[in-house]
Amino acid sequence: MMQAPDLPTWAAIIVGLLVLGGAIITLVGAFGLIRLKTFYARVHATTLGATAGMAAILLGSMLCFSITQGRPVVHEILIALFVTLTTPVTLILLARAAIYRDRSEKLPQLPTRSEPERAE
Amino acid sequence: MRRLVPYPLLALALFAMWTLLTGFSPGHILLGALVALIVSRSMLSLKPEPPRVRVGWAMVRLAGIVLVDIVRSNIAVGKIILFNPPHRHSDFIELPTELRSPYALAVLALIITATPGSLWVQHDANRHVILIHILDLVDEAEWVRQIRQRYERLLMEIFE
Repeated sequence: MMQAPDLPTWAAIIVGLLVLGGAIITLVGAFGLIRLKTFYARVHATTLGATAGMAAILLGSMLCFSITQGRPVVHEILIALFVTLTTPVTLILLARAAIYRDRSEKLPQLPTRSEPERAE
Repeated sequence: MRRLVPYPLLALALFAMWTLLTGFSPGHILLGALVALIVSRSMLSLKPEPPRVRVGWAMVRLAGIVLVDIVRSNIAVGKIILFNPPHRHSDFIELPTELRSPYALAVLALIITATPGSLWVQHDANRHVILIHILDLVDEAEWVRQIRQRYERLLMEIFE
């Protein structure tokens, strides 16, 4: 268990709020997986944790370690960059798989016009 | 210089990543430079189409707009999840696009998917139409207008 005795009270409050806020945003996103009913709607919920939730937690981490180590700690920016670049790739892949399944089952209310086989 | 460092931006990014992760000691700066040189050369075998990127204010403005939109749509989607409005309608929209550069399209895909509430599903390269899923769809024309005005115009400025 890491203690943070070097963290002044004002910083501890800000870091705590940021980390807690990020965790709550991510929790809301996870809750969306239960609350929303279709696959495509659920994908939107997961992006909450990957954007604002991640940003808040990383800001808290940057602030905490910058103060305790006495120098600017910025490698969280790399985490943010990589999460932002890779999450959409996974989500788009999942969406493509879902739409492929739904089209081959010929579900209604799906746009069929963009099917690659039917394009000229 | 081109022969030695075929992808200067990639080499620079690798070097920046290495020094950020390891700290600023002379040994690691040397090692980072070596990694940047050698690893960026490995891209040669992939032969990617050279991107034409215009570095300028358009990039900063795009980043700012995307940041604001991500925050706003986080709040909007959070509200939808928590309060579950009864008349929400989610559906697909088709966005005709003028973007042709694969890099510009890739960035647009990242932006649209990273913003909660909109999800890039597929790009039809023959018809130049992008299929997007919208969580809370009120007016399809308004979405198309917003995406074109906010992102597409700036991406054209940067990539095409």
